[in-house]
Amino acid sequence: MDATLVAELSAALSPDRVHTDQLEQVLYGRDASLMRGDTGVVCFPLTTAEVQACIRTALRHDRAVVPRGSGTGLAGGAVPLEQPVLIVTTKMTDIEVDVDNRVAWVQPGVINLDLTRHLRPLGFHFAPDPSSQQSCSLGGNIANNSGGPHCLAYGVTSAHVVAVEVVLPDGELTMLGGLGADPAGLDLRGAFVGSEGCMGIATRIAVRLTPNPPAVATLLADFVEPAHAAAAVSAIIAAGVVPAAIEMMDQRITQAVEAFVGAGYPIDAGAIVLIEVDGLPGGVAAETAKVREVCMAQGARSVRVAADEAERMLLWKGRKTAFGAVARVKPNYYLHDTVVPRTKLLDVLQQVYAIADRHDLIVMNVFHAGDGNLHPLLVFDAREPGILDRVHAAGEEIVRASLEAGGVLSGEHGIGLEKQPFMALQFTQPDLDAQARLRDAFDPDGRCNPAKVLPQGSRCGDLAHLDAHHRERLLADGVWV
Amino acid sequence: MSAGHGPLAPLPDRVVRDPALLAFADEVGGVDAGPVAIEGGRTQWHLGGHCEPGTRLVRAPAGVVAFEPAEMTIQVRAGTTLDELDAALEPAGQRVALQGLPGTATVGGVLSVGLSGPTRLGHGHLRETLLQARYVSAEGLLVTAGGATVKNVTGFDLCRVLVGSFGTLGLLGEVILRTRPRPQAAAWLSGPADPTALFDRLYRPVSLLWDGATVWLYLEGYPEDVEAQTAIALEAGLVPVDGPPPLPSGRHSAEPAALRSYRPDAPRSGRFVAEFGVGVVHGEWSGPTQAPPDASVVALNGRLKNLFDPTGRLNPGRDPLTPSNGKADHR
Ligand SMILES: Cc1cc2nc3c(=O)[nH]c(=O)nc-3n(C[C@H](O)[C@H](O)[C@H](O)COP(=O)(O)OP(=O)(O)OC[C@H]3O[C@@H](n4cnc5c(N)ncnc54)[C@H](O)[C@@H]3O)c2cc1C
Ligand SMILES: Cc1cc2nc3c(=O)[nH]c(=O)nc-3n(C[C@H](O)[C@H](O)[C@H](O)COP(=O)(O)OP(=O)(O)OC[C@H]3O[C@@H](n4cnc5c(N)ncnc54)[C@H](O)[C@@H]3O)c2cc1C
Repeated sequence: MDATLVAELSAALSPDRVHTDQLEQVLYGRDASLMRGDTGVVCFPLTTAEVQACIRTALRHDRAVVPRGSGTGLAGGAVPLEQPVLIVTTKMTDIEVDVDNRVAWVQPGVINLDLTRHLRPLGFHFAPDPSSQQSCSLGGNIANNSGGPHCLAYGVTSAHVVAVEVVLPDGELTMLGGLGADPAGLDLRGAFVGSEGCMGIATRIAVRLTPNPPAVATLLADFVEPAHAAAAVSAIIAAGVVPAAIEMMDQRITQAVEAFVGAGYPIDAGAIVLIEVDGLPGGVAAETAKVREVCMAQGARSVRVAADEAERMLLWKGRKTAFGAVARVKPNYYLHDTVVPRTKLLDVLQQVYAIADRHDLIVMNVFHAGDGNLHPLLVFDAREPGILDRVHAAGEEIVRASLEAGGVLSGEHGIGLEKQPFMALQFTQPDLDAQARLRDAFDPDGRCNPAKVLPQGSRCGDLAHLDAHHRERLLADGVWV
Repeated sequence: MSAGHGPLAPLPDRVVRDPALLAFADEVGGVDAGPVAIEGGRTQWHLGGHCEPGTRLVRAPAGVVAFEPAEMTIQVRAGTTLDELDAALEPAGQRVALQGLPGTATVGGVLSVGLSGPTRLGHGHLRETLLQARYVSAEGLLVTAGGATVKNVTGFDLCRVLVGSFGTLGLLGEVILRTRPRPQAAAWLSGPADPTALFDRLYRPVSLLWDGATVWLYLEGYPEDVEAQTAIALEAGLVPVDGPPPLPSGRHSAEPAALRSYRPDAPRSGRFVAEFGVGVVHGEWSGPTQAPPDASVVALNGRLKNLFDPTGRLNPGRDPLTPSNGKADHR
């Protein structure tokens, strides 16, 4: 480790917030994906000025910077490569509510659920609710343009971000967007949201406050056939109802979850669909009746409406702890994230089962069905020889099947390192080149989270600042796993 | 996933084959073809600066390409007018959240200008409707930004910067838009009332306009809900009316909170209609109302423009940094 780099960072922050020890190296070497990187210095700034100081120090030492929130990302976005200066935002947790403007200014390390809890007494919440909301940070949500069950009706993170204060990769501070109705110029705020840490570091974010709905109903529809469940999802939307959420779980995951938390799910169901409608009482009553009618017409065995808040919370607890439940089946999982047109849901789901069978793998499906956002979960024991090759091969086939159905590579987890090689399947060279230019406008020298998202060679001169040897190491197979 | 791939080629359906789009790209041409801009419905032709003389004007192709009601998306060419778009969606009981904009405006023009109509409070900013855009770049190439599905975080989000870019980064040829169900009931109400109190009592009204004395409230939804919200408005002294007031032609941007006690600063005077909860002020005066953007924002805008259009051939004379300050004659 470069001692002067560490000394300068320690002087700029404070020695107890600049770490290089072994434990940190391991801990911050990965996110929630299977990839492991090469950790450098781990910094914990408290303020925007300290983030600037970290970036400027890194610049002087010709090191890249990598922003990191809670490390729950599933695409390797926060995985450090080549010992960068890792800027961890977990100590930046201030919240300032501005009710008159219906926004909250938050520091990036604020945990998603903490914000919603903070807003509850005021009658508001932050609408995007990733299943990881107990631990993921708002900085990470913004960088990944995260979604969640309730994004079906409310839209993903981008629709809820009004302004972002950003330290640019050259250390300059800027404000993208603003509280005013029509900020002048191009929508740079929109470009930054979803930029996976490649366009600078968000240090303060103005997020929109969503009023809590006066009425909510949560329904559990129980199907013998997964095919009927998938058909019901399309039929609900086709009937002109856009529920707040439509989540589907297949039999394997339903059984695992039921054994784990006892959510009251029917374990003999082929698939269950969790539907939430919210808003004013009239609409909630009308949509509850409509959803029930559609599900029954599509072959549901039963449709149960949660009788009270306790039952509602229990139904959701099952959904939100699904990934924890999986650990009791096998020690490891690989969670995929693709989107397909809603009308192709059933077709692609059947292909997913066939692919898993062919590779002799267990697959479980728990996903944001209303958006067509598939989350096939391959569960395995990494100690089994050769299994990772099968997991990766199956994953690639799932990605291809989704794209061939007219879908996209990622609905909410992002590209990071994980899906970089597949970008060229979805986009042509001019498409990728245009994305590279967008990134270059923010980070012309590739200083911030370099070598992520876009595949190598998206633009002439891409990765130009890295020598050939360096490049080989970055893209070597060692990065994967 | 292993990184040991050879170069992958895009799937066949990701390569644009629509003859109308290919012909459009040919017409726009590459850097040698000189300055070029799109003429839409000309409803906001003067916005964002004046088109430089000698600029060749072309039209974007028009027509609905695909509409699958169960997907709640529609694929249309950018020259399609809002009226044509609405006519295609109406039979399925759907619409796109581009309400209150002139029917003769084109989809491409509305997105390129990027200013939402007066139902933004309830429907959201118009940029949220854009899922995928196909545009012709300064080099004359067809580029696809975004994707066909409602949810998508694949790569960097080019669609965002295209909305409101006035065609200075690329010329829109075709888009996929998100649709929504049409509401079962709707009502406009108006009367002298305190907009702050009303706003705090209602649940997500679609539009709340205020001219300093009178409010206009627009509600949409299920019949019982519209009735219940109407009751609140009636109690506050509003009465049913046919629609919104005429909007003064200047458009100005303020923070929503500033409207709680809004009075135009001297020397501005005259009628205004403010979009409560949003911050748009339609006023009879013209001229800048916002502080000029920060130097860092100006620099980023400039860098992006230079990277996308190094020779400045796309819509020369127009600059997204100035759109909402001028007079807008949208009627
Ligand atoms: C069990 C589980 C369930 C999940 N469910 C969902 C779900 O329902 N929906 C969903 O969308 N995602 C889900 N995720 C993925 C993940 O939780 C989200 O992507 C989340 O937003 C990441 O936040 P984080 O703080 O952990 O970010 P990290 O993993 O630390 O970082 C993610 C990316 O953001 C960048 N970044 C972090 N902070 C900043 C900043 N301040 N400025 C700029 N860039 C920054 C990093 O460089 C990296 O590229 C799930 C993950 C798990 C493990
Ligand atoms: C009630 C109401 C409220 C509104 N509020 C306002 C307001 O206050 N102020 C306001 O400014 N606008 C407002 N609008 C929005 C405005 O109507 C649209 O932005 C406008 O209609 C643009 O469509 P057009 O086809 O007429 O474009 P045109 O006027 O023909 O073109 C506008 C600009 O967009 C470019 N352009 C057009 N098509 C394309 C394309 N396919 N690709 C790239 N560039 C293209 C043109 O070159 C030109 O620079 C409002 C409209 C109404 C009626």
